[in-house]
Amino acid sequence: MYSFDIQRPTSVADAVAALGTDEALPLGGGQTLIPTLKQRLSAPSVLVSLSGIAEIKGVCTGDDGALCIGGGTTHATVAREATGYPALAELAGNIGDPAVRNRGTIGGSLANNDPSACYPAAALASGATIVTNTREIAADDYFQGMFETALNEGEIITEVRFPVPEKGAYMKFEQPASRFALVGVFVAKYADGVRVAVTGASEEGVFRWTEAEKALSSNFAPEAVDGLSVSGDGMISDLHGSGAYRAHLVGVMTKRAVAAAH
Amino acid sequence: MPKDHGIGASPKRREDVRFLTGAGNYTDDINVHGQAYVHFLRSDVAHGKINKIDTSTAEGMPGVVRIFTGADFEGVGGLPCGWQVTDKNGEVMKEPAHPVLAQGKVRHVGDPIAAVVADSLEEARTAAEAIELDIEELPAVVDMGKALEAGATKVHDDLSDNLCYDWQFGTDTETTDAAFAKAAHVTTLELVNNRLVANPMEPRVAVGDYSRAGDDYTLYTTSQNPHVIRLLMGAFVLGIPEHKLRVVAPDVGGGFGTKIFHYAEEAFCTFAAKACNRPVKWTSTRSEAFMSDAHGRDHVTKIELALDKDNNFLAVRTDTKANMGAYLSTFSSSVPTWLHGTLMAGNYKTPAVQVNVKAVFTNTVPVDAYRGAGRPEATFQLERVIDKAARELGVDPIALRRQNFITQFPYATPVAVEYDTGDYEATMAKMEELMDIPGFAARRAESEKNGKLRGLGVNCFIEACGIAPSNLVGQLGARAGLYDAATVRVNATGSISVMVGAHSHGQGHETVFPQVVAEMLGIDESMIDIVHGDTSKIPFGMGTYGSRSLAVCGSAMVRATEKIINKAKKIAGHLLEASDSDIELKDGQFTVAGTDKSVAWGDVTLAAYVPHNYPLEDIEPGLEETAFYDPANFTYPAGAYACEVELDPETGKVTIEKFVSADDFGNVVNPMIVEGQVHGGIAQGIGQALLENCAYDENGQLLSASYMDYAMPRADDLPHMANYVVDHSCQTPCTHNPLGVKGCGEAGAIGSPPTVVNAVIDALHSGGHTHVSHIDMPVTPSRVWAAMNSQ
Repeated sequence: MYSFDIQRPTSVADAVAALGTDEALPLGGGQTLIPTLKQRLSAPSVLVSLSGIAEIKGVCTGDDGALCIGGGTTHATVAREATGYPALAELAGNIGDPAVRNRGTIGGSLANNDPSACYPAAALASGATIVTNTREIAADDYFQGMFETALNEGEIITEVRFPVPEKGAYMKFEQPASRFALVGVFVAKYADGVRVAVTGASEEGVFRWTEAEKALSSNFAPEAVDGLSVSGDGMISDLHGSGAYRAHLVGVMTKRAVAAAH
Repeated sequence: MPKDHGIGASPKRREDVRFLTGAGNYTDDINVHGQAYVHFLRSDVAHGKINKIDTSTAEGMPGVVRIFTGADFEGVGGLPCGWQVTDKNGEVMKEPAHPVLAQGKVRHVGDPIAAVVADSLEEARTAAEAIELDIEELPAVVDMGKALEAGATKVHDDLSDNLCYDWQFGTDTETTDAAFAKAAHVTTLELVNNRLVANPMEPRVAVGDYSRAGDDYTLYTTSQNPHVIRLLMGAFVLGIPEHKLRVVAPDVGGGFGTKIFHYAEEAFCTFAAKACNRPVKWTSTRSEAFMSDAHGRDHVTKIELALDKDNNFLAVRTDTKANMGAYLSTFSSSVPTWLHGTLMAGNYKTPAVQVNVKAVFTNTVPVDAYRGAGRPEATFQLERVIDKAARELGVDPIALRRQNFITQFPYATPVAVEYDTGDYEATMAKMEELMDIPGFAARRAESEKNGKLRGLGVNCFIEACGIAPSNLVGQLGARAGLYDAATVRVNATGSISVMVGAHSHGQGHETVFPQVVAEMLGIDESMIDIVHGDTSKIPFGMGTYGSRSLAVCGSAMVRATEKIINKAKKIAGHLLEASDSDIELKDGQFTVAGTDKSVAWGDVTLAAYVPHNYPLEDIEPGLEETAFYDPANFTYPAGAYACEVELDPETGKVTIEKFVSADDFGNVVNPMIVEGQVHGGIAQGIGQALLENCAYDENGQLLSASYMDYAMPRADDLPHMANYVVDHSCQTPCTHNPLGVKGCGEAGAIGSPPTVVNAVIDALHSGGHTHVSHIDMPVTPSRVWAAMNSQ
């Protein structure tokens, strides 16, 4: 780890100001950034810790019924408190291990947008709104490829608003070593249709499987997915599985998510 | 009632008090006053020519003490290989130089190029980044087949090619060919024994210390065998006489073989401590461990099994390529040969067995012994090809094995070793009972109801442990003896310190060894402590590997204790005014046979050290004895393993539903510790079978360089304890060591990989995927799915 200064603002405004300096990086739960620093793969001059900002922590229900989660809320808190959206609480409860869940935050995960992370699938499948210190971003506009998002430099995720579906479920097939998603599928059924988001599989990061959404919107049953498939082209191919295998798992996990939706 | 003390009891591990309360003293816990820290600059290319190393800028960086490169080690010895293999043409193996720091070329990712010693580790790392390197990348040799092709890039320019040796062993070619010619059926299987990284929980650490006043050195290191390190490093690398070199291996957090070997970092820290006149410490990061700890396995094999019309085995023939990596690690050359070829007969009376092994240099991390070392490779080949033969012939795989069992002992195999004793039928029957084989059909039907396939895998194994008779291994090329030693030091009040050459790094010697001495003397175990891991305290022993501690060092301890008893009886005879031949020792009391005259253990030991009433004209005062023990033969633990897997045909994911091992370890001193060893060994075998895969790309870059990509087995990858059954009730005691023990450390890792793969193939066949005859390990979901869809 290289030397750096650390700042611990207690308000979003102070954090934004601190991030205005050169080579400052925001530090959420640090579950990606700290290992990166230890490997000397990143050399910020200032780390701005967001974990002391009370206003971006916690889970509540908005006036429109959406589940609102502060950007600085840990996975463990979501798992415990997002009872209004059980599929989301279950997803949070299965990220990493207890140490990860007690440090890692939803804002950190969405800002990093790891192509194998779980939260992007939930946000995209739920049509969530990512709220920052400057604006509101629809999930459909937010995810822009592997580790790429609509966030500007220094922009902080303050809240994520999840419309609560009638039914939903997340099915993760774990990569055996990291236990990140080799393929993870989040299915959410709303009054106006079904949304299906896939993580872990694509070289472009999380994506919506629109073909399955269409079929499931007219018949929300596992067999509605029969005969549908995604192409292995553009899928991640690595030590743990070929693109064709990942494409196959997208179908399997989608059906299982539909079957498990509650 | 199980015994509550002595041999056969299961007292809780006394060492766990310190391990579980954070009071262990590991090498990284050792800090010597004034120590500096070293960071190794390692190659990030697999093969390259070093054109220039400019350390001038780095040397001026804050905190830097000194920077070393290969040039500083010119004239210093290279890391030696401890076993010289002679090939089938009578030629000795090729033995390339293995410098402490790279000289001229780098040969694998992780090869150390320079070492920066600084006041702090961070300063050393920062300075290392300022070293200017000009390395011309060369084509890398990764695949063993390509490495052996004519005109292949050479890992070592001064060698004629990448072939280390071409070894043949066992039955001659003419006899073997004749057996295959008359066979009614031949089964052939090509398979890979996957490369593994041992991953002990504690990474390697070395602290070198040098005293100008005495011109002597101390090396604290994470080793399974401190005397071996002292001999290799002192005599072959640094030229330090043994009396000036102390090697201490304190608490060590797991070894699994990878801490047997003498490593460059140990030699460096010792050398640099004098050169810098400061203690020098190195602590491996986990990332460094992946690219500098010796890897394990990595064999590619074609095996053929010939059977007659009645399904009797006629012959086995193997052709293996074994990866040595870029350099020969300490015992690398012996693993695919003498630790592998000698086990190719397995548990079967096959009359002809021929083993062919080509050892190959590649631009990868050196490969050496890992839990089982050679024997898992032998077992996997043999037990997989037998399973395939059973399937091809449509016969029961258990019956086929049974029919071919060796039943008469001693049994001389066609591959040089003589099994002293065993009962393979007994372990097979025990396995069948514990697995409830008759109930399998119902369990399979239940799985199928849930959309899953269920498979049953069985196999046998045998291993040669307790390495080894020194005169035999000497003939085979070992450059060391393989005895062990123990000193039993009885104190005046009767308590005992036993100094042993074996090293405990998870095995529980501190608990088990006192059980043996206590049993022999009839005193309480709490009166006995074990001392190990420090060459300044213990007799010259060869350390712990190859399941040898109790069989070899334990035997030395028994011999030393017998000497103690003999002398104590003389003292007791004097005190009791009787002939020592009439003295009996029982429950800590010396009694004149047939009388009620007795004297207690403590009275005798006190007399030895306060010899006021003592036969000084006949015997010396004091009570301390040493014995060295060189075994007459290997020991041959064997057993039968079975597992049931459930396979999800939609994803290819395999789960182990139940695992049963029925082992014959001979006599057992501490059943709880034996069971723990087997549980751990099977966990590693399941890891190899389903999860672990050390993979390189074609450029020699390590793909599985961290736990993000290298999958270690975790608790939820293993069956629930109720379905994880390890049994050692079948016991045919070893015939040639005093305790009748065989060793249990490696069995689980040797026996279990074929069990899992056999079960997976069985599951696939039950689901109609009969075209799948083999899947290479690790049997990952993606590989299963690909195999199912390979038609």
